[in-house]
Amino acid sequence: MGDQATTDTTRDAFGRPGPATMSTTPATAETKLPVLVREADRPRSRLAEFGPDTPLQLDCGVAFSPFQVAYQTYGTLNETKSNAVLICHALTGDQHVGNVHPVTGKGGWWDIMIGPGRPIDTDRYFVVCSNVVGGCMGTSGPSSTNPLTGDPYGLDFPVITIKDMVRAQTMLLDHLGIDTLFAVAGGSMGGMQVLEWCASYPQRVFSALPIATATRHSAQNIAFHEVGRQAVMADPEWRNGRYFVEGTMPRRGLSVARMGAHITYLSDTALHRKFGRRFQDRDNPTFSFDADFEVESYLRHQGSTFVERFDANSYLYLTRAMDYFDLAADHGGVLANAFKGTRTRFCVISFTSDWLFPTPESRAVVHALNAGGARVSFAEIETDKGHDAFLLDEPELLGIVRGFLDSAGRARGLVS
Amino acid sequence: MMLSRAPRDLTMAETVRGPGGARVDLLLVSEMIEPGSRVLDVGCGDGELLRLLEARGVDGRGIELSREGVNECVAKGLAVIQGDADTDLANYPDDAFDYVILSQTLQATRRPRDVIEHMLRIGRRAVVSFPNFGHWRIRLQLLFDGRMPRTANLPETWYDTPNIHFCTIKDFNDMCALVGAHMEKAVALDPWGTALKINAPWWFWNLFGEQAVFVLTRKPG
Repeated sequence: MGDQATTDTTRDAFGRPGPATMSTTPATAETKLPVLVREADRPRSRLAEFGPDTPLQLDCGVAFSPFQVAYQTYGTLNETKSNAVLICHALTGDQHVGNVHPVTGKGGWWDIMIGPGRPIDTDRYFVVCSNVVGGCMGTSGPSSTNPLTGDPYGLDFPVITIKDMVRAQTMLLDHLGIDTLFAVAGGSMGGMQVLEWCASYPQRVFSALPIATATRHSAQNIAFHEVGRQAVMADPEWRNGRYFVEGTMPRRGLSVARMGAHITYLSDTALHRKFGRRFQDRDNPTFSFDADFEVESYLRHQGSTFVERFDANSYLYLTRAMDYFDLAADHGGVLANAFKGTRTRFCVISFTSDWLFPTPESRAVVHALNAGGARVSFAEIETDKGHDAFLLDEPELLGIVRGFLDSAGRARGLVS
Repeated sequence: MMLSRAPRDLTMAETVRGPGGARVDLLLVSEMIEPGSRVLDVGCGDGELLRLLEARGVDGRGIELSREGVNECVAKGLAVIQGDADTDLANYPDDAFDYVILSQTLQATRRPRDVIEHMLRIGRRAVVSFPNFGHWRIRLQLLFDGRMPRTANLPETWYDTPNIHFCTIKDFNDMCALVGAHMEKAVALDPWGTALKINAPWWFWNLFGEQAVFVLTRKPG
């Protein structure tokens, strides 16, 4: 990989003139570098700052301080503070779940789900979404400035876990004065956080929606992540994680990681339907390594736009956190123990064509919940859109989330 | 195996509706459940029985095989999971429910005896309703036509039906004795959904009952 990737990327997957993807000219690196570093330290977002007296206790043993949590809110917290919904974002998501993204200018990543009159109705609920610890959009992470050195942490940032992410969220909620969440929802890595919430703080969660997720990463999932991490680390511009200090950017590595990962978010059927074997802006193969096929061009575009908004080191840290996640192992190897005696209402959702977090993973959660007599709904939605279906306009998904929350809202006295 | 209560599987009594618009067989079952109890409805279809039960203050859960049925139930806010009676009941602990209901689904399971045994293990009571293959019209068809019976209520051909384990009321009684189930209550319904006389002998029920509803418990000791 490498040189060939810099050619023929002046058009995106839809044939429009696009950015010169994969190009790593120093000028671009210099103009883009401050955006990510500035966003990490001074995000265009709400911010909760925690000083030396309230460190974040991490699983690795470090008491991390000072640290900050960047978050967004939508809707109004009611007087009894009983209508809060926490949204947990996925690997490459962030707190901008329902507003225009400050870096990309695109709409919120779950706009379809959250808003006035939407399934997670902001006329009714107070929605909170925070950037995870280890992320790069304003919550402390490897691109945040280390106060001891004045430089971004890079690999000096401690390794974090899903549990650490949830711990940081509990501190944010304490800061906001919210004791019990009406609901906590999220897909993929967000779903892992939802499950961790239910296992670690069951008394603080009235209802939970773990979507397209699992209680642990499979060997295959870890393997895919390792390929992504190796792509980042193999980029000479990665500089052992010190690229901000050295004025480089591991763009090619991170975009290759994103390209590989993106394939796992889609299904074979969806890719074929979208692109088939069609050529990109040409009638015949060029007998070169240009992006002859539409699918190649699409992936290159995905990779190149990703590096504009995401920090390579954050990608390493967050994929690692997902790999380490194993809820059963934290509870004596018995998953049911993680949910023993829970009173939380669960709605577990999976998608037929999701091969990254296939339905049996969700079913394992359901069985564990059944063993504890929990109130659980479980729906598998038929779609060919793969893992990413949880982010897309799937009418059945929207209907199920709406119905589940309406019912939970009635039980909670939020809906008449 | 089918768990869904597809309209084409309905026996006549099922399609008879009571004053509230609810199926009389489901009304009958729901009235057997004590308010405030915990119930698992195996093969809950579109959730009609669970809704009747929730209206009675029952904490109801459901299992349903068909994806459409499950998604419809969940969108209604019912606690229903996608699953198979033949395989998934094994995942529930002992005494998890006050009642486990199997309504019009027994004949479609692969191993009815195992399903009943699991129900008795999971619940303090098992409520089972099923179409009676000993009904006189079915007997007459086999006797005079010499073919597998097909009625307006059970219209599928033998090679097409999801109902693979039909039984008569007598057969069911025998199996209950075999698995050590105590029969707490039994009702047979005529084609109009009316309960047959309580003091009628078994042979009468087996001949004139179009369907039966049994409430079973584990034999003490």
